Amino acid sequence: MKRKSWGILFLSILLIIATGCGAGGNQGGEKGEAFSAGLVTDTGGINDESFNQSAWDGMEKAKKDLDAKIKYLESKRDEDYLPNLTRFAREKQDIIWGVGFKFNKAIPEVADQFPDHKFGIVDDNLGGKIPDNVVAVTFKEHEGSFLMGVIAGSMTKTDKVGFIGGISSPLIKKFEVGFRAGVQAVNPKAKVTVVYAESFTDVAKGRSLASNMYNDGADIIYHAAGGVGKGLFDEVKTREKGKYWAIGVDLDQSKLAPDHTLTSMVKRVDVAVFDIMKDMKENDKFPGGKQVELGLEEDAVGPAETSDKHVPDKIMKKVEDYKRQIIDEKIEVPSNEQELKKFKS
Amino acid sequence: MNIVEMKGITKSFPGIVANDRIHLEVKEGEIHALLGENGAGKSTLMNILFGLYQPDEGEIWIKGKQVQITGPNMAGELGIGMVHQHFMLVEPFTVTENIILGNEPVKGGWIDRDGAEREVREISDRYGLRVDPRARIQDISVGMQQRVEILKMLYRGADILIFDEPTAVLSPQEIQELMGIMNNLVEEGKTIIFITHKLKEIMQVCDTVTVIRRGKFIDRVKVEEMDENRLASMMVGREVSFAVEKEAAKPKETVLSIEGLHVTDSRGVGVVNGLDLEVRAGEIVGIAGVDGNGQTELLEAIAGLRKVQKGKIQLNNSEITNQRPREITERGVGHIPEDRHRRGLVLDFTIGENMVLQTYYQSPFARGIHLQYDQIHQYAERLVKEFDVRTPDIHTPARALSGGNQQKGIIAREMDRNPDLLIAAQPTRGLDVGAIEFIHKRLVEQRDKGKAVLLMSLELDEVMKLSDRVAVIYEGKIAGWVNPQTTTQEEVGLLMAGGSTGTEVKH
Amino acid sequence: MQLIQRKQSTFLTSLVSVLLGMLVGAVMMLVAGYDPIQAYAALLSSAFLMPYDIGETIRTISPLILTGLAVGLAYRTGLFNIGVEGQFIIGQLAATIIALKLDLPPVIHAVVAVIAGAIGGALWAFLPGLLKATRGVHEVIVTIMMNFIALYLSNVLVRNWLSAGADSTEKIPSSASLRWDSLSSLFGGARIHMGIFIALASALFMYYLLWRTTSGFELRAVGFNPDASEYAGMSVKRSLILSMMISGSFAGLAGASELLGTSGYLAIQGAHTGIGFDGIAVALLGANTPGGILLAASLFGILTYGGSNMQFVEGVPFEVVRVVFAAIILFVAANIVRWGTQKFRKKAVKEHA
Repeated sequence: MKRKSWGILFLSILLIIATGCGAGGNQGGEKGEAFSAGLVTDTGGINDESFNQSAWDGMEKAKKDLDAKIKYLESKRDEDYLPNLTRFAREKQDIIWGVGFKFNKAIPEVADQFPDHKFGIVDDNLGGKIPDNVVAVTFKEHEGSFLMGVIAGSMTKTDKVGFIGGISSPLIKKFEVGFRAGVQAVNPKAKVTVVYAESFTDVAKGRSLASNMYNDGADIIYHAAGGVGKGLFDEVKTREKGKYWAIGVDLDQSKLAPDHTLTSMVKRVDVAVFDIMKDMKENDKFPGGKQVELGLEEDAVGPAETSDKHVPDKIMKKVEDYKRQIIDEKIEVPSNEQELKKFKS
Repeated sequence: MNIVEMKGITKSFPGIVANDRIHLEVKEGEIHALLGENGAGKSTLMNILFGLYQPDEGEIWIKGKQVQITGPNMAGELGIGMVHQHFMLVEPFTVTENIILGNEPVKGGWIDRDGAEREVREISDRYGLRVDPRARIQDISVGMQQRVEILKMLYRGADILIFDEPTAVLSPQEIQELMGIMNNLVEEGKTIIFITHKLKEIMQVCDTVTVIRRGKFIDRVKVEEMDENRLASMMVGREVSFAVEKEAAKPKETVLSIEGLHVTDSRGVGVVNGLDLEVRAGEIVGIAGVDGNGQTELLEAIAGLRKVQKGKIQLNNSEITNQRPREITERGVGHIPEDRHRRGLVLDFTIGENMVLQTYYQSPFARGIHLQYDQIHQYAERLVKEFDVRTPDIHTPARALSGGNQQKGIIAREMDRNPDLLIAAQPTRGLDVGAIEFIHKRLVEQRDKGKAVLLMSLELDEVMKLSDRVAVIYEGKIAGWVNPQTTTQEEVGLLMAGGSTGTEVKH
Repeated sequence: MQLIQRKQSTFLTSLVSVLLGMLVGAVMMLVAGYDPIQAYAALLSSAFLMPYDIGETIRTISPLILTGLAVGLAYRTGLFNIGVEGQFIIGQLAATIIALKLDLPPVIHAVVAVIAGAIGGALWAFLPGLLKATRGVHEVIVTIMMNFIALYLSNVLVRNWLSAGADSTEKIPSSASLRWDSLSSLFGGARIHMGIFIALASALFMYYLLWRTTSGFELRAVGFNPDASEYAGMSVKRSLILSMMISGSFAGLAGASELLGTSGYLAIQGAHTGIGFDGIAVALLGANTPGGILLAASLFGILTYGGSNMQFVEGVPFEVVRVVFAAIILFVAANIVRWGTQKFRKKAVKEHA
């Protein structure tokens, strides 16, 4: 193959591209009778055993209960968010979800480009500047994490518990701070070791961090680290039953290590996603430009239903008690470092 | 009775007829030489006999029966074995393991190691092939490895043995041993086909010789009726002169002078130990010596490829010690390196590119940083023509050329720069007589132009024939100077072995 | 003649490998119960469906060209630059620093940031080149390690210096952006940016450097045979270092243009982006020639971008595209075409010799 031929081949590719330009047509879907929704995952993917999966559960519920047409697109890299959202926008979905705070730059951009479309972002409030065609769903993770802290602080035998965070950010900080406050509330002499994996995907790293913490004397570890958390469960499974525990996050993760999972901080992304879509379909109401913040009061965060399997009733009662106090605003759970300092004193 | 008969074998490859109606008749129990220049079609013919190729035309008869040899396995069943030029051995395995590989004797589901070892020992004793059955291949010499290859054939029951240029990789001592082994094998009833282009070896050991040239059958003759000159002209197709014709040297001023040179090898062991040497314009100085006495390192040190530890190298009265190779080249040193594949050529470059390997950055081949391919190609065309480098064109990768033509290319490049000093290290290794003759002529020409030539060769013959003065190197020092016209090879041999009857020759 | 034959055969190898790779993907889809023809149709059509898609496809192709060139150029000099990934990250980082910390007029700002990316990548590749040239340390090991150093260095700087403790930096100012509105609007608002022109120019540069200059002559000679190059008076060390640095600058350009053109901000990354590693595949498929790399990058770009649409339209998981990638690479590496003709070829060559 001579160099010339290479060039010709490349030119023909460019030609295809050029002719393709003219051919591009309006492929907008007819404004349908059925409610349609699209979901774009972050790089964790649809089966992340975490919030992406949970959001998809909500979509599937919408399919069943609302007869909605649903679709998802997985993002392999951060650069994929924008084209994936755009793909849905071109198809005229009733709402397009971007799951995860990593969408905080892409969502405003598409929202601006497609002002006639509605978008939803989970886990980020866009710094308060929410466009009118966007709803931002956030959770009071610190409240749920506080209850995890209550359970861990009550059950630790070594008075050492651990926390594994993903990439450190204000969001994950809420988990950490809430957890520490909860431990502090029930067991002031217990020590909480905190590490960040600086990743949401590195399973091996999660495992080695967990291993180090357990070896260091911690007997209960709570994680808020997405895929990294799988490493925690891989590690705890290999250890003595009834002595070492893991606490899951986002979904009920007990099936990852049934005999070692104390509880999980369930974040009902599915409920939130479903509720908003339900409201749109049935009442034609869309909380555009608003931040929807869900906490214990809305039952959007809290211990998994399977928690009573390993957590004694006595402690579950204590959890209920704290939950009541938080809902009644007798306790204000801190969500960042300053508030934690105040809380401690 | 003819144990092997190949009749009218024709085999062509795209663009070339490698074998054109070749006949080969080999009698049982003889050593039959297959003689031809590089590229004459010897290997193709043997690969057909060994079943690697199918002939386009022609018949093969083995032991009186016409056969169609479909592959090496079939050849094996017919009793044909081949020792390839490049050994096919598993280095970390032992001798025995290599021999039984693919044919392992089994006892109760396990390899019968002891039995195998016994059998190997037995075969090697019978044919005088001394090897240690337990030694690992990586630990034994090339000559020993070749014996293992031979044993492999015998173990599989071969009685027609093909040796593909077996002496190319061996030292003179090992060659003599191999000749002995071949005689033993024939005495035990084996038949040998010996592929070579070395006439001396044919004269020494063979009974009959079949000569082929450019893919065609030339003649089959009895060796006893022949001499080297006649064989050579049959092979090359014209008269070949073995004697190097040259007039007495007229040496002039000193071009290269070396004083007290110390050089170490790659492990840091001193291999050149206080060597002095002088080469003058208009003479060829030969370096004779047994391999490994520092000659390689000496030449590399002169060319700037190896660090000089101590001592002084001067070219035309200015020092070049430890200069960079480019500096030394620019000052007027040409170098035909010992290993043409490793040093002499970039095999994946075209002939054209190889012709300017040292000068690509100079005018007219480059203007600034831009290569001037027109100029490079013109220049290469000229050299290819002048030095008779046989290549389809100058855009052919050097890899595709025969060894002789590769070497001619290097010589063209080095001589055309017209260096004051030409270093020629083993310039004819592995080449056939036609190419050797050509190269020898060119070296003498260079001398007659008034240039200095430093020749190193492990073939004592070559050194003695070409040189005006011979320096014998022993353990990194010049053990003595001899006049090649008045000294016998035996005397030189003694010096090479560390004796001390050197006579000082001064012009 | 032989040379041409050889070139033809590498092209054929690549082509057949691509087809076989797609066949493997098709078989997988069949087994999993998808219709491969419709899936591939969705893949191809979606890569060119609308101006927007074409723009995004080109946007996907641009960095692959550059990382492919980076791997290819080093390989020509006998170096296996696994560190393209790390050099890419450093390119991003350098460009971000210039974009955020310097205040320059438009165009100049972008140009300086791009150049900084190239220099950053070159310097990051300099160290492995130096170690290889002076100490003989294998570049593969060093560059792999430096990939991780680059990743974590970038993360640390983003968290502690370039952003106020957040997980990503602010958006870069438009003065440093490589996006060009008229180009973008030509392609329906896609994020196509000047990176494609940088990539094409780099391909031309690589061709010119390697085959038209004295330095390129040296680089190629050293790549084929360092001993002969030393004999011929070339500086092998210099060539090794130079080659690594040019390779690294290509990678740095890829990173800088991705950042300044596509994402616009630098985020903390949990793992490598993979663009650098894809460059290895691109270079392999493109036989380390600039033209081949352009074609291979185009193919991979189309597959990558169109692949997510295949998932969208036909529900076929994106992983199928990665399988196709892997299969193609496997077939190229195993030299599937020559495998059939090799016996014949080898002997023919031997006979000529």
